Amino acid sequence: MELNNIYNTALMEHNAHPDYKYEMDDPTLQHEGVNPSCGDDIVLSLKLDGDVIEEAAFTGHGCAVSQASADIMADLITDETAERARHLCDLFLKMIRGEVTDDAELAELGEAAQLKGISLMPARVKCAELGWRTAMTMLDERLAAEGK
Amino acid sequence: MAEAPKATREAIEAVDLAENPFKKDFPLLANNPHLTFLDSAATAQRPTVVLDAQRDFYERLNSNPLRGLYKLSVEATEAIDKVRRKVADFIGAPLSQGIVFTRNATESLNLLALSMGRLVLGPGDEVCITIMEHHSNILPWQQVCRETGAKLVYMRPNEDCKLTAEEIETKITRRTKIVSVTQVSNVLGVENPIKDIAKRAHAVGALCFVDGAQSVPHMGVNVQELGCDALAFSAHKMFGPMGIGVLWAKKELLEKMPPFLTGGEMIDWVTEDDFGCAPVPQKFEAGTQDAAGIVGLGAAVDYMRAVKRENLEARERALVADLARKLGELPFIRLIGPANPNDHVAVVSFNVCGIHPHDVASILDSYDVAIRAGHHCAQPLLAWMGIESCCRASVAVYNDEQDIDNLVEGLQKVWGMFNGAE
Repeated sequence: MELNNIYNTALMEHNAHPDYKYEMDDPTLQHEGVNPSCGDDIVLSLKLDGDVIEEAAFTGHGCAVSQASADIMADLITDETAERARHLCDLFLKMIRGEVTDDAELAELGEAAQLKGISLMPARVKCAELGWRTAMTMLDERLAAEGK
Repeated sequence: MAEAPKATREAIEAVDLAENPFKKDFPLLANNPHLTFLDSAATAQRPTVVLDAQRDFYERLNSNPLRGLYKLSVEATEAIDKVRRKVADFIGAPLSQGIVFTRNATESLNLLALSMGRLVLGPGDEVCITIMEHHSNILPWQQVCRETGAKLVYMRPNEDCKLTAEEIETKITRRTKIVSVTQVSNVLGVENPIKDIAKRAHAVGALCFVDGAQSVPHMGVNVQELGCDALAFSAHKMFGPMGIGVLWAKKELLEKMPPFLTGGEMIDWVTEDDFGCAPVPQKFEAGTQDAAGIVGLGAAVDYMRAVKRENLEARERALVADLARKLGELPFIRLIGPANPNDHVAVVSFNVCGIHPHDVASILDSYDVAIRAGHHCAQPLLAWMGIESCCRASVAVYNDEQDIDNLVEGLQKVWGMFNGAE
């Protein structure tokens, strides 16, 4: 069944036991992302050491898809440079909107590539996007301020 | 005055929900035997007779109503007026001129607010609605209150979702100029005491408008019995086409109200600087109407009458009571709305403990069970109840016991997915 691709073990595990869902002390950057139509919201916090994302964490509430997707995102961008993280977020958003479908191209997303099936569920795209869209906004602002 | 037909307790108890003599009338359901459709409060399915009536209009009568001087156009005009009379009779309205065809209940409510609201409201006046309104009976009033300096006042139900006599008396006062309330809440499923509200409104000199979007499809509604001044509803929730709405209002009110939309077909005369309005109801029907849709609505009314409204109501009441009872027996379900299953009209809202409604609806969908999840265009109500969103199952005459059992089984699977595997 198509749905098993969505509510797979990875998603259910990240939803039930998120590693990155906590309140961060002294974040470098913090931003709230909201899906007004479903009432989902997350606050994403990043701690940067120079260019590198040393720590990523989020708080908030929403459906399993939005929460697990945010947890997977935090895991992926930790220890990456801001520029690389932005690239990964961009790639994920393209995958979820069905703009990039080639699995080889999506390989660098690691576990996040397992959420590809959501691109076939238009009603859930926004849920999956929330964390990544929020990160993208923060990183865009940060990199723009640095002239990148 | 003929009273609206009502289902008796005996009739409700006598309904056999294992039998389903109605499904065959609805091609979408007949063609999808595995589909459990429990979202009729969003839009109902249409029976063959309605689809045929629309096609028949285009094949036999198609021409622009009101404009042409030839036979075909006259016949198209007559077809619309026949439905106007039929709809007036269906809701117990004394004159068919009080029936205005719109796009949907939303447009009917906007028409009332923006035309009547602007006419009668001023600074210090109040518009009284309830916290359980659909956005379409909130936003137009917010808009017109902002424009006129009037204040929007909310009546709030008690813990069992009922509007008490005390609340009605406290909120509807001498300052109130317009009361606009839903007869049945699209989230709580509760029926509001419209007769009492209308009586109170008139006692303080206010008008009483009713949103019948969730009531007209499911129960006998008689505007004279209710004592209201206007009633808005949509065809598509009562087996009719999408894109047709009805506004009934007392003729003398419609005559006083300024036009809402202007242009073709609603005028008497036009000069370079001015225009005169056509008589009611044409005054409020600018532009070419969806005549085939209106004819489809006529067929939907015929269908509901053929089924007999009291039978329809008895079956739907039996269904919703069965639904509320079976959901209430699931330990992981929190029901929203009145405690007594018999107090629900066609709608039961609920949450699954610890599982977001969007996840619930997505997973149910994989078992071909269609329910609604979200804020149901009632964000102020949900915020007031302290919840972000909820699930909603709603029934119509074509549902049966199997549909309800499929939902219950689906919900057990949803619960298992989130709680069993660990």
